[in-house]
Amino acid sequence: MPLVLERRSERSATIAIASPLIAIALTLATMAVLFAILGKNPIEALDVYFLEPLTDPYSLGEIAVKATPLVMIAIGLSLCYIANIWNIGAEGQFLVGAVAGSWLAVRTNGTDAGHWVLPAMLLLGALGGALYALIPAICKVRFGASEILTSLMLVYVANFGLDYLVRGPWRDPHGMNFPTTADFDPVATVPTLIEGGRLHAGAILTLFVVMAATVLLGRTIMGFEIRLVGAAPKAARFSGFNADKLTLFTFAVSGALAGLAGIIEVAGPVGHLQPDISPGYGFTAIIVAFLGRLNPVGILIAGLFLALTFIGGENAEIAIKVPLDLTKVFQGILLFYVLACDSMIIYRIRFISTLRKPAHADV
Amino acid sequence: MRAISITKRYGSFLANDGIDLDLFPAEIHALLGENGAGKSTLVKTIYGLIQPNDGELRWMNRKIVLGGPSEARELGIGMVFQHFTLFENLTVAENVALGLAPTESFASISERLQETARLYGLPLEPKREVWRLSVGERQRIEIVRALMQNPKLLILDEPTSVLTPQEADQLFVVLDRLKGEGRAILYISHKLDEVKRLCDTATILRGGKKVATCNPRQETAASLARMMVGADIGEVKAASGRDVSVPRLVIHRLSLEPDDPHGTHLDQVSLEVRGGEIVGIAGVSGNGQDELFAALSGERLSPSEGAVVIDGLAAGTLGVNERRRMGAAFVPEERLGHGTAPRMKLSENALLTGHAASGMVKRGFVDKPATLATVDRTTETFDVRKAKRDPEAVSLSGGNLQKFIVGREILREPGVLVVSQPTWGVDAGAAATIRQALIDLAGRGTAVLVVSQDLDELLEIADRTAVMFHGRLSAPLIAAEVTREKLGLLMGGAKTGEEPSVEEASHAVGA
Amino acid sequence: MQMFEAIMLSVIAASTPLLLAAAGELVAERSGVLNLGLEGMMIMGAACAFAGAYLSGSVVVGALCGVLAGTAMAAIFAIFTLGLAVNQVASGLALTILGTGLSGLIGAGFVGQRITPAPQLHLPVLTDLPLVGGILFGQDAFVYLSVALVIGIWLFLYRSRAGLVLRAVGDNHTSAHALGYPVLKIRALAVLFGGACAGLAGAFLPLAYTPFFIPGMTAGRGWIALALVVFASWRPGRLVAGAYLFGAVSILQLHAQALGLGIPSQLMSSLPYLATVIVLVLISRTRGIAGSAAPASLGVVFVPDR
Repeated sequence: MPLVLERRSERSATIAIASPLIAIALTLATMAVLFAILGKNPIEALDVYFLEPLTDPYSLGEIAVKATPLVMIAIGLSLCYIANIWNIGAEGQFLVGAVAGSWLAVRTNGTDAGHWVLPAMLLLGALGGALYALIPAICKVRFGASEILTSLMLVYVANFGLDYLVRGPWRDPHGMNFPTTADFDPVATVPTLIEGGRLHAGAILTLFVVMAATVLLGRTIMGFEIRLVGAAPKAARFSGFNADKLTLFTFAVSGALAGLAGIIEVAGPVGHLQPDISPGYGFTAIIVAFLGRLNPVGILIAGLFLALTFIGGENAEIAIKVPLDLTKVFQGILLFYVLACDSMIIYRIRFISTLRKPAHADV
Repeated sequence: MRAISITKRYGSFLANDGIDLDLFPAEIHALLGENGAGKSTLVKTIYGLIQPNDGELRWMNRKIVLGGPSEARELGIGMVFQHFTLFENLTVAENVALGLAPTESFASISERLQETARLYGLPLEPKREVWRLSVGERQRIEIVRALMQNPKLLILDEPTSVLTPQEADQLFVVLDRLKGEGRAILYISHKLDEVKRLCDTATILRGGKKVATCNPRQETAASLARMMVGADIGEVKAASGRDVSVPRLVIHRLSLEPDDPHGTHLDQVSLEVRGGEIVGIAGVSGNGQDELFAALSGERLSPSEGAVVIDGLAAGTLGVNERRRMGAAFVPEERLGHGTAPRMKLSENALLTGHAASGMVKRGFVDKPATLATVDRTTETFDVRKAKRDPEAVSLSGGNLQKFIVGREILREPGVLVVSQPTWGVDAGAAATIRQALIDLAGRGTAVLVVSQDLDELLEIADRTAVMFHGRLSAPLIAAEVTREKLGLLMGGAKTGEEPSVEEASHAVGA
Repeated sequence: MQMFEAIMLSVIAASTPLLLAAAGELVAERSGVLNLGLEGMMIMGAACAFAGAYLSGSVVVGALCGVLAGTAMAAIFAIFTLGLAVNQVASGLALTILGTGLSGLIGAGFVGQRITPAPQLHLPVLTDLPLVGGILFGQDAFVYLSVALVIGIWLFLYRSRAGLVLRAVGDNHTSAHALGYPVLKIRALAVLFGGACAGLAGAFLPLAYTPFFIPGMTAGRGWIALALVVFASWRPGRLVAGAYLFGAVSILQLHAQALGLGIPSQLMSSLPYLATVIVLVLISRTRGIAGSAAPASLGVVFVPDR
């Protein structure tokens, strides 16, 4: 092989900063090729996907609405991933949180309940997500079962559970047999920030979460523990940190954030509980986490970017008849490029013309 | 084999610089040099594992280019690695087969392996899984595998670092026999008396360059050491007449099941270390030292709280950080990955052991200036050489990183210090600094426990030495009574109530 | 009797894709690579297989297309994880997302179309035997292939030199490299083989299981196959038992509904997934005492130094 991979002596700071940008550039180039294959004009398609949504205020509001759950979930996931703990079940925790909080909304629906309802729903949502996330965590800590597989299996279970509830016991009796609950009362709804738009208070909460995570990871001993457990597990043990406790903690926190995002989404933009409250937020959040390099501010930016592509995808479906699946393709390709560029921070590629000659070009 | 002007560069680091080496048949040729001098790199080049940037190899006067180890093996070059190339979950026979060319049938390999092993007095059972074998037995697999290819040149990389003195003697018998058969042997070591005993010629490397080729039997240990190191290393001054006080670390009948199914079970280990003294624990690695360290540091909790007592307080069931708060400090064997997080900065690595009891954390928040201050103080006191103020741990050389790791603990002025393999893989200058620091620390009243495979080191600095074998600790011998022979026997299992193992009792067939 | 035969046939049909996918993944994991993209490779196999069969009119061509699709996806995975030393877990997830999206694009034009399904074997006397005839001698090629595959893999791993080398690479890639074995090349081949099997497993669904394609028709089977490999302790023999066990569980829900038990359909549908969790817990717990049976270098990144 004329190309080999070699470890750098120190992490490359330039690539660390440039990596997400290079990844995005590569993805756009690949997407342009894909558009061409599908018979669409690449420039026009890229414009509809990425530029148009930025042009009007309603779109911008929608981007923020879509970004809110993405960023909130991704922050939670990043805490896990930094510690090499693989929570893949955020989608399920999102759904369970939505269900847990909605329970209160359905219970008090039509009664004259006070303003305590919404905060209580949010709390229940976070709690529900946290408890659901503790299941795979306990399976890992107590039994050594792979958290990747268990957390993922539980997503399917959560999906079925939600489906059962909205088609059965919680279905709106006046809803003409649609599988949804009754619309939530105003006290059970997340307030919007701007008249006429869908941007809601959840966005403020998300910003707060981003700031809290930044402080946690950068300045506290807990943040050091999370980073150390992921970087050098033996050294973490030597430092007195308990990996099992950390697994439970990070799963619970990420589950709580995912659950909170779930109930906010249901009690905000959607307004009632139905089977498809999530277009795969839990999975897209994984990409957001990696694209944001597992850094809170990076995740904020990455979340906004991916929300942009969701909106762009919806527009493209209407405007240039491109199937929604293309958004998934885009996300998969983007994740691959992000990972590859990230690898270039610790490794470099070298060209060796023959085995014996000294190596020349460095990349 | 002739190696002519071999040069190998890793980035900006020159591992080998224009080295010439001639290896003749029926000769044992030593390759001497301290850790980091370039011996392993040169030898890997001769075996085809690494491609040199410059220079050439000649085999039987013909120029050769080795694309990989299999080509070297075909020519008749065999190698016994320092870090074994074995597969723990496979059997002995499977391991041997993987080191040979695929032309032979498995059954025939199994048979030949048993024969060769018997012939040279290195018995092996083909169907046993490697993880069940001791270190000495594993090395036998490496040697037998190399011998089965009928090598004309056999390379051995630090073979005795994992053997007891008696096992090393047996190895020498085998090597002499091979020499008698007309083979060339390249013997890498940093142990001078071994080389003087065994080898006909010695080439000495220093800093990547060849310094000299000489007859070790005509040189003194001191002259060889001077060539290896380039200057006289300051003698380590053993403090005479240190005041010894009360026992500060007491291990009382500690028994512990291993974490890892392939680990060693600790059996009623008992020891006292008093303030002001240095107690050594000798033993070939794999006899429970790792488990003992984990039990002492608190990485593993003991079944009873009285099993480990620090300054009079029962600590057996307390965790690492509680023990640190009690004034204990620990230095593990593995620098990168255990003692430090390789890709984290030194300041974060200072925080690693410092967050429990050294004032670096205030109400959950990290005091970054305090961690940097520790780095600065350690750098200054222990002469840690690095490229910038706060680099990643992995960028430091072995010796400098070890100075940092030992230094950050010593600066806390602990009452008890437990250190494992303090100078393994460390250059002579750093090793001397570290050993002196340990002695000085004991002089200030600390109880120091040193676990080491290096008998010379223990003979130099320990006041009393015990030996670990199969999870049991012998009674300590005081310095005046200690000899290499006695330690060697204990390391091989005698006198602790165990039957000396079969290897010790058998002799290699004729020399 | 009829009922028993019907149940057995449906269990076999449900188990076959699991077995095919898990068998390939087992080989990849024995070499030390964890490929979580199984679901993505399978669904791509399904989409391409159906497209190929529909356009060419031949099930064989369709199956080949499925195999090629799975292999191509695996190649992408290999380039990133082996060539660029990228984290295997994240890459596997990326592959699944990519595969799910791509398969939707490719399959979109074929939704609602039908093909003639793969033919089933018919031997003169044997197939008509009561009870066992249809089960043993009346299956389609995929079923027989899956059994042959597992036998072949067993022979390869335990009775061949190449299989020994593969196991060694999975056990300790550093030692293997020091002995001169091309670790990355061996792993790449193992990963490609895993992809081919996953593609074949996916192809089974629209070519034999049902004669049409639905987006997302793998429904998480790829993930269950991953759990199967753990359940089988990375040994081919136990894989067969595990696959048939899971197949049986997933069939349960259909027959429970037929039996008219008043259990909500969603609960029955979630049974296979719940069963996977329970099985993982049980199997990891018993192994905890004996030590991990996983290949020691599974999932560990390897970059050779020269």
